[in-house]
Amino acid sequence: MASKVVYSPRDPMLKKRDDFEDVLEERRRSSDLRYALRCYTPVLYKGLTPCKASELKTMVLGSDQLHYVVNQVSRESGVSVDEVQAEASVILEEMAQRLQLSTIRFFAFTLSKVFKAMFRSICVNEEGLQRLQQVIQEHPVVLLPSHRSYMDFLLMSYILYTYDLPLPVIAAGMDFMGMKVVGEMLRMSGAFFIRRSFGGDKLYWAVFSEYVKTMLRNGFAPLEFFLEGTRSRTAKSLTPKLGLLNIAMDPFLKGEVFDVSLVPVSISYERVLEETLYARELLGVPKPKESTSGLFKARRVLSEDYGSIHVYFGPPVSVRSLAEGRVNRSQFSLVPRHIPMRPSEDVHGFVNDAAYRLVRAQEDNMVLKPWVLLASLLLQNQAAGKNQGVPLGELIQQAVWLRDLCRQFGAFLHWPDHVPPSEVVSSSLSLHSGLVRVSEDRVFLALEQGFLTAEEELLSQAVVVLSCASYRNQVLHVFLRPALLASAIHTASSSQKRKAPPPLSWLRFPLLTRVCDFEEACYLLTKSGALHVNQHEVLATERGHRTLAFLTGVLDPFLQGYQVRLVCRFLCEDATEALTERRFVPAVREFIIKHLLKGRLRYPEVLSSDLQRNALAALLRLGAVQKVQGCVCFAHLYVLHMDAFPF
Amino acid sequence: MASSSCGGGSDRQMAAQHRLSIIAGHLQRPSGSNTAILAAECKAQASKPFVSSERRTVPRRRQEIMKWNGWGYSDSKFVYNKKGQAEFTGRRYKLSGMIIPGLKDWMENTFGATLQHKTTATPALNSSAVPPPTLNEAFMEELKSTGIPFSADAEDRVFRAHGHCLHEIFALREGKIGRVPDMVVWPNCHNDVVKIVELACKHNVCLIPYGGGTSVSSALECPPEESRSIVSLDTSQMNRILWIDEKNLTAHVEAGIIGQDLENLLNESGYCTGHEPDSMEFSSLGGWVATRASGMKKNIYGNIEDLVIHIKMVTPQGVIEKSCQGPRMSTGPDIHHFIMGSEGTLGVITEVTMKIRPVPEYQKYGSVVFPNFEQGVACLREVARQRCAPASIRLMDNEQFKFGHALKPQVSSIFTSFLDGLKKFYITKFKGFDPNRLCVATLLFEGDREKVLQHEKQVYDIAAKFGGLAAGEDNGQRGYMLTFVIAYLRDLGMDYYVIGESFETSVPWDRVLDICRNVKARIVYECKDKGVQFPPLSTCRVTQTYDAGACVYFYFAFNYRGLGDPVHVYEQVEHAAREEILANGGSLSHHHGVGKLRKEWMRETVSSVGMGMLQSVKDYVDPKNIFGSRNLL
Repeated sequence: MASKVVYSPRDPMLKKRDDFEDVLEERRRSSDLRYALRCYTPVLYKGLTPCKASELKTMVLGSDQLHYVVNQVSRESGVSVDEVQAEASVILEEMAQRLQLSTIRFFAFTLSKVFKAMFRSICVNEEGLQRLQQVIQEHPVVLLPSHRSYMDFLLMSYILYTYDLPLPVIAAGMDFMGMKVVGEMLRMSGAFFIRRSFGGDKLYWAVFSEYVKTMLRNGFAPLEFFLEGTRSRTAKSLTPKLGLLNIAMDPFLKGEVFDVSLVPVSISYERVLEETLYARELLGVPKPKESTSGLFKARRVLSEDYGSIHVYFGPPVSVRSLAEGRVNRSQFSLVPRHIPMRPSEDVHGFVNDAAYRLVRAQEDNMVLKPWVLLASLLLQNQAAGKNQGVPLGELIQQAVWLRDLCRQFGAFLHWPDHVPPSEVVSSSLSLHSGLVRVSEDRVFLALEQGFLTAEEELLSQAVVVLSCASYRNQVLHVFLRPALLASAIHTASSSQKRKAPPPLSWLRFPLLTRVCDFEEACYLLTKSGALHVNQHEVLATERGHRTLAFLTGVLDPFLQGYQVRLVCRFLCEDATEALTERRFVPAVREFIIKHLLKGRLRYPEVLSSDLQRNALAALLRLGAVQKVQGCVCFAHLYVLHMDAFPF
Repeated sequence: MASSSCGGGSDRQMAAQHRLSIIAGHLQRPSGSNTAILAAECKAQASKPFVSSERRTVPRRRQEIMKWNGWGYSDSKFVYNKKGQAEFTGRRYKLSGMIIPGLKDWMENTFGATLQHKTTATPALNSSAVPPPTLNEAFMEELKSTGIPFSADAEDRVFRAHGHCLHEIFALREGKIGRVPDMVVWPNCHNDVVKIVELACKHNVCLIPYGGGTSVSSALECPPEESRSIVSLDTSQMNRILWIDEKNLTAHVEAGIIGQDLENLLNESGYCTGHEPDSMEFSSLGGWVATRASGMKKNIYGNIEDLVIHIKMVTPQGVIEKSCQGPRMSTGPDIHHFIMGSEGTLGVITEVTMKIRPVPEYQKYGSVVFPNFEQGVACLREVARQRCAPASIRLMDNEQFKFGHALKPQVSSIFTSFLDGLKKFYITKFKGFDPNRLCVATLLFEGDREKVLQHEKQVYDIAAKFGGLAAGEDNGQRGYMLTFVIAYLRDLGMDYYVIGESFETSVPWDRVLDICRNVKARIVYECKDKGVQFPPLSTCRVTQTYDAGACVYFYFAFNYRGLGDPVHVYEQVEHAAREEILANGGSLSHHHGVGKLRKEWMRETVSSVGMGMLQSVKDYVDPKNIFGSRNLL
């Protein structure tokens, strides 16, 4: 029984969190030029083999690893070794960074100007940087920032420069390279470019992984990459990509370095630069191609207020201690280390677990602004059909209630306590004036009306809703586990019309399958007084009703989204036997729009392509859907199973 | 019995009688001892030993010349004299009687071990602390009738209850005695051993063979759960060279002989085995075979498995030996390989036929300084690739280089010290070697004078390609001398709160650097983690080269002031270091063996099937677990 497994209360409230320093404060007081030209002497890794960026390339091209693959590719393809080697050289040339101090100084100067214009403050936890400084000297370091904006890696390098820490080399998507001058500038500030997909290309993989490993082994510079692979359009954490993490852990697993330190970094924006852009993208308007001219057009963003940024450098995680007892490193003793091997089952599982752990570490240290609470409340009110808005006073009162709940759940909430709540709320609302309106003391979502067609109107409103949702999503990780439990309780008691409270074992099915998640949910809800858990059952308390209702409301749009997938099954079966993956999203979108307009669905959020893709991925994982030659079709065997699905 | 079964002249008997009376004179015992000395003739003496050894290095009462709670001879040890300078006492070694001015500072700087903080070991064994022997009366009675000497004296028993692991010596210094053998027997020849093993089987007595007592794998520790009477079978009196065959260049030797005696005796006839493990002053031939020993000069002479032609071992099932002395056989798995490395679990090795070589005409030491360890390893790898390794080539890391430096005896003339200064200036200033990174390789060449010089040039040429500078014969020679005194140094360290030990592994060439770095770092990390207050000494050297890899030795020591249970901390760190070795592709042991210390890793090392094979051999050969040391399996 789950109740026997005691959830060890990981009470985050008790965890001391570091204080923040505003980096921009100093910039506003002293010369940017002097700052950009100041003496920069970062601490270095003690095992550093000093070498230039160009020497790195020679090392990679001369490595045993690459020779092996070059020979292999040459044998398989019949192309001469020299030609393959030349091809490898071209790949490397396209990829490699050319870190240069002068470019860094240029960025230091311009970014100071830009940041000061756009942001009120950039707050950094200095203790985190001190920890980083120490660990940089000890072991090769991998920086793992969350990815919510293009700004992220510029910001990272900017902060590291400010604190006299070594500048990282950054794995960036190839799409940046398309931006003529800027691409080269980024390269000179430490970015190296990788293709988004190179699945079967052995040579590319070999060059790439050897390049990364060489930099790591030599301690050339901290390696920085985004675990999530791409910017999260929804502000929810994305499923971590394992490729680079695998590469980054490899030198440790194979004994080439004593340890590797992973440093999760949480960057939270009060207002994300790309907010409406993301929403449009989720609704099917494709992402604009990165181009230099596009960047200049975006100049107008400079004049807007984007509030503050919080950057939290988390405690370094040692790969060695992660692997302790998990991976038997002697498995690498029997094959020469330069021969590329598919990671064994246990290594894959280990890297996967580590990746999720790191993503959670990012989430845990993500600073939440009051606005994310307001966004959650406004969305729920909106969905409840209150198109007429919420009275400001009520919103403030709700926000204060939610603030306290959040804190009980251990959220890292940055709510200025010395300022009266009304001021906090109104300041947040004014920063996001694009999304909310306040008139006659009532707060509305800024949904425009008066479009030609109902569909156009729906889409324009969805943009606002999805933008708001992306803020609400920032707080999702705090509520997720209790909310799943709350929803389960809700469904259990309403659909089954049972008077008796549901048994614990039933509630765990099917969303809280991991015992520790379930225990955590129980713990948090009991702590906040919303639930009473005894040996066999859970009871909602009188005052817990509001909490449970709110939590259910948080999940509702997602559950409806997944339900739509079920409905959509019929559409798919009616329309065609199979859909190609590319056509899948538009087809589902059309279907949803139809239902939204008919009023059968409540949440415009379900239009989000992210939700649809996740649902598809989940169905694939459950085996309810199969991929056949790039097409999606239902495994009929599973239809019955899906009917048994409780939602 | 032996005397009736083998014929022989009365001359021989008289000679044996005479010799035994001399020995009996040497071994004057306090009255009331259990020992009985009889002039029983041994079968092994059926032909007159080629070289008889009246001058035994190891008497039965070892404690007369050796420390009971430390390394080596009682008269040889490091002490701080009245002036506070380190000095090595005695007259046995080159270093004996010399002042070592740098040692005190090195001890202070490396460990924070100062003269003020001294611990004193229990000066003498307190016999009352030794548990009374569990004697098997019937066994003892029958043994008495065979005339094989034995003893149940506390000192004799304690001396054979341990090897030289840190925890064993530490406990002795504290006067703590655990389970010790209940009796010690000294067989004089193969037939004596046959009798003892027969009696042990008959009376269900546990036997633990004891050779030189230099084990560093807890192999000599008595299993505390053993309830039978434990008899330590000391082979030290079986120490004759029975014959030398100059046509085939082999010698047939009793297995109890210790290394230095074997070499000395062979030298008298103009031969040597060339097998020189670091412990050769005290370790025995039987011990080498039982642990798969390796010698310093294995590049010329080979390791024990290459040297052995024929082995005779007494097991509970009888005597195992091959029927001929062919240099190589294809007769199924080599039964010698069940014996070599059996660590006393299958029987007692009594006689061994070994290869011998003429004593080399010329020997020359040498040394090379490298700018860093990486270059040094690269050079050794190249030397191994070209298969031109000298008799010995060893590479010390920077810490050991400094350590070696600290052990330089006081120089006698101003000229020498001026020369040393000049050398140092040349290497660090002129050649730009970083004194905190450079490392040194020591070399030993052997053979014809011509060839040695030619060989030397070849090796130095390779070294030069890796930035190595020849650094003179003295440095090389001192390096090898240190091998023998380094074990004494641990006793000095223990007097000043420093504990430490060495351990070894073998590893493929491409992992040598990684394993050295990672294991050293792991030691530092674990010490910090376990609350050691002072930075530890964590250093290594590459001591042997092979075609496919190298043997690496790690030295590890720390100042334990402020720790509640230093030995436990030490063991945790050593355990972690071994895990690190295995994780980095190193072997469980290159030549120390497994014993009980490394048993837990045997299964993963040889696989479950491998364990089953070994176990089934044990089950057949020794079903009653007479050889109950519980090593290896």
